[in-house]
Amino acid sequence: MARINSNTELEELRQEILSKRDQNKPRIAVCAGTGCLASGAAKVIAALKEEIKKQGLNADVDIKETGCPGFCERGPIMVIYPEEICYLQVKPDDIPEIISETIKERKVIDRLLYTDPTTGEKVTHESEIPFYKNQKRLLIGTNINIDPKSIEDYLAIGGYRALAKALFDMTPEQVLEEVKRANLRGRGGGGFPAAKKWETTRNVPREPKYVIVNADEGDPGAFMDRAVLEGNPHSVLEGLVISAYTIGSHEGFIYVRQEYPLAVENVDIAIKQAEEYGFLGQNILGSGFDFIVNVHRGAGAFVSGESSALMTAIEGKVGEPRPKYIRTAVSGIWERPSNLNNVETLANVPLIINNGAEWFTSIGTEGSKGTKIFSLVGKVNNTGLVEVPMGMSLREIIYNIGGGIPGDKKFKAVQTGGPSGGVIPEQYLDTPVDFDELTKLGSMMGSGGMIVMDEDTCVVDVARYFVDFLCDESCGKCIPCREGLKHMREVLNNIVEGKGNEGDIELLEELSRLMTKASLCALGTSAANPVSTTIRYFGDEYQAHIKESKCPALVCKELVSYYIEPSKCQACMICLRNCPVEAISGGKNQIHVIDQAKCIKCGVCFDACPTRFGAVIKISGEPVPASLPEKERSLVRGKK
Amino acid sequence: MNNGQEELLLLLQKAQNEFGYLSEESVAELAKSLALPISDIYGVATFYSFLSTKPLGRNVIRICKSMPCYLKNCQIIIDTVEKEIGIKPGETTPDGKFSFQLTNCIGACDKAPAMMINSDVYDDLTPGKISEILKACK
Repeated sequence: MARINSNTELEELRQEILSKRDQNKPRIAVCAGTGCLASGAAKVIAALKEEIKKQGLNADVDIKETGCPGFCERGPIMVIYPEEICYLQVKPDDIPEIISETIKERKVIDRLLYTDPTTGEKVTHESEIPFYKNQKRLLIGTNINIDPKSIEDYLAIGGYRALAKALFDMTPEQVLEEVKRANLRGRGGGGFPAAKKWETTRNVPREPKYVIVNADEGDPGAFMDRAVLEGNPHSVLEGLVISAYTIGSHEGFIYVRQEYPLAVENVDIAIKQAEEYGFLGQNILGSGFDFIVNVHRGAGAFVSGESSALMTAIEGKVGEPRPKYIRTAVSGIWERPSNLNNVETLANVPLIINNGAEWFTSIGTEGSKGTKIFSLVGKVNNTGLVEVPMGMSLREIIYNIGGGIPGDKKFKAVQTGGPSGGVIPEQYLDTPVDFDELTKLGSMMGSGGMIVMDEDTCVVDVARYFVDFLCDESCGKCIPCREGLKHMREVLNNIVEGKGNEGDIELLEELSRLMTKASLCALGTSAANPVSTTIRYFGDEYQAHIKESKCPALVCKELVSYYIEPSKCQACMICLRNCPVEAISGGKNQIHVIDQAKCIKCGVCFDACPTRFGAVIKISGEPVPASLPEKERSLVRGKK
Repeated sequence: MNNGQEELLLLLQKAQNEFGYLSEESVAELAKSLALPISDIYGVATFYSFLSTKPLGRNVIRICKSMPCYLKNCQIIIDTVEKEIGIKPGETTPDGKFSFQLTNCIGACDKAPAMMINSDVYDDLTPGKISEILKACK
C-alpha cells in the first residue's frame, strides 16, 4: 500500500474499497473479543472456515472476526448479513446447519435466536433484541462490522475522514472550539472537560508536548476501554492524532494494561497500518503535520491509571502519583506539557469532528453530553457492555437493557464508579445517569463500571471488599490513603466478624473525611466512597452487624449458622454425604442434624439440599434452635 | 531527563519473559546498562504485580478476586485450584509447573468468575471446568 498524500487520495481509496464490496454478499460476523474467545469463539470460527471450504462456498461467503458488540453474556455471538440475523451462544456443532440452512437456503434457525424472556418470542435481527434496542451505540455499534485488524474495514465505515477534515479544513483553534462546544467530558472517571485540558497543554509555551491515551483500565467491573481498543483501535488512534494536531504535539503514548493482551496486539497492528497508510508518521496525509505514537504496556498496578502516576510509569519510574500543584497538562512526562485522555474520550473525538458539536450536544443531559459505555456486571441477567445516551435512568439500564435481576431476587444496590464510586440503593433507581447526578448521591460515574447487587449481597462485606482492594493497590506514598485504608480494613473486618464496637461507624466516618481531605491523588480522596455511601444508605445493616451480631443478607460467615429444619428434612442424605467435616448426623429415615461445634460454615449443605425441600437454612442474629432429641428424629413421611 | 530509563519497564518485561523472573543478575545488569542504582530497578520490579523477583512456574494462574467475580463465588474456584495443584496463592509447585496468584480485575467481568493462565483468559468458570483447563497446561 502506498502512502496516502491528500484528502482526495483518501476518498478515492475509500471508494475503491467500497466498490470492491458487495453489500448483498453473505457475510458472517463472529465476535472475536476476549469475552467470546473465552467462550469458544475461536473454535466456532475454525469450524466455520472448514465448513465453508467443505461446502465449496469460499468465494460466496465472507467471514469477519470482529470486536465486541457487547452482549457478552450470550457469546459467542454471530451476525449474518445482509439479513442481520443474530445467533447467540453458537457452538462448533451448529456450524454445518448454519451454512446449509441459513447461508444456502436463507432459512433462520429458531433455536439459535434470542428468546424474549417475557413474551417467549424469538427475535431474529440483532437491532431488535431488547438488550440492543434500548441502547444508542455510537462507539461500539460498529464493532460487529469491522475486523479490528483491518484498516480497510475502518476506512469502509468512514474512518479517518474526521482526521482529514481537521487537517485540511480546520485550524487547530477551530478543532478546539468544536470540541469545547461539544462539551466532551473525560470518560475515565473525572468528567473534566477534554477541551479545557487540551487548551491548557496547547497554551504552555514549551516544547515538546505529549499526548497520552490512558488505557490502564483497572476499576473492578469495568472493561469498556478494553472493548473499544480491541474492537476499534483505529477510532482511538484517529482521536489521538486529532488531539495532537490541536495541541501541537508530535509524539504520543498509549499506556495499556498488561491484562489486555488482545488490546495490545490490535493496537500494535493498527499503528503499523496507520503508519503505512500515512495516518501516522511524517507529513500525515500530505498535510505537513508529523506525529508518532509509542505503546507502553503496564505491568499490573491499579494506581498507575492515575494521570500523574501513569506519566511517571512512562518515564520508567515507579508508577506512583505526585502532588499536582502544577497540573500534568502543564508539567507531565519529563516535566513537559502532557495531555492525557481516556480511550473512550478520544474515540468520541472523530464523531464530534464528523458530525459537529450541535449533533453531539443534542444527545445527553444539560451538563453531560453524548453517550457513555457501561459494563453491566454482577447480579443482572444480561451482563455485557451497554452504550446509552447520558441521562438514562439506572432503572432503565438495569431492567430494560440488563433484563433485571436473575432468579426472582430483589434488587438491593448498584455500585458505580468502581472503588472510587459508591453504592446506590433502590430509592434512587430513577436517577438519570450523568456526571453530576451520580456525584450528588455520593457516588460517581467513574469509568463506567456498574456492579449490580441483589438481596443476597451484604453491603458491609462489599465495603470491606473495596477497602481490601484499595489496601492492595494503594501505592503507599501518602499516609492518609495508606494508613487510613488499613485502619478502615481493620474496623470493617471486626464488624463482619461480629467483633464490632459501639462507635465504629463514627470512626469510619471520621477516617473517610480525613482521607477525602488529605490524600495525595484522586484515588485516595475517593477511596472512602464505598464505605461512606454504604453507611449513608445502609446504616441499619452496619448497626445490625455491630449491635445484634446479625448479617441481614446472611453473607458474613462468622455471623451465620446453618440449621436443618426438622419439618422439612426428608432425610435424603445428600447434605450429609457432601459435608466435608462430617458435621451432619442422621441416616435413612432419620432427620439430619448439624453439629454446630464441628460446622465450618462452608455452605455446602445449603447448596446441596434440593430446592424442593429447602430444609437447610441460614440463621443470623439469633440462637440456633436446639436439635431434636434422638427419639424424635425418625422421619414420618406424609401420605402420598 | 531521559537517559533511557523510559525503557526500564519494557526491559524488565522482556527479561521476565525470557527467564521467567527477574534474577539478581538481570537486575544488576539492567542497573549497569541504564546507569541507575540497583535499588531503583528493584523499586520498579517489585511495584508491579506482573513482575516477579522470585522464579515462577511455567504456567502462572491468576484468579480474579474482584467484586464481580467475588459476587459470583470465585472462592470456590480458588479452593478448587488449591486442591487440584496442592499449593496456596502466592506459591509455586515444586516441579515448577504452576504458580498460583490472586489478582485484581482482569476485565473479564461479563463472564465472572474468571482467571488468566499466562496471557489466556478463562471465564464463566465452574469447579468442574478447572481440572480440564489445568490438564491442558504443559
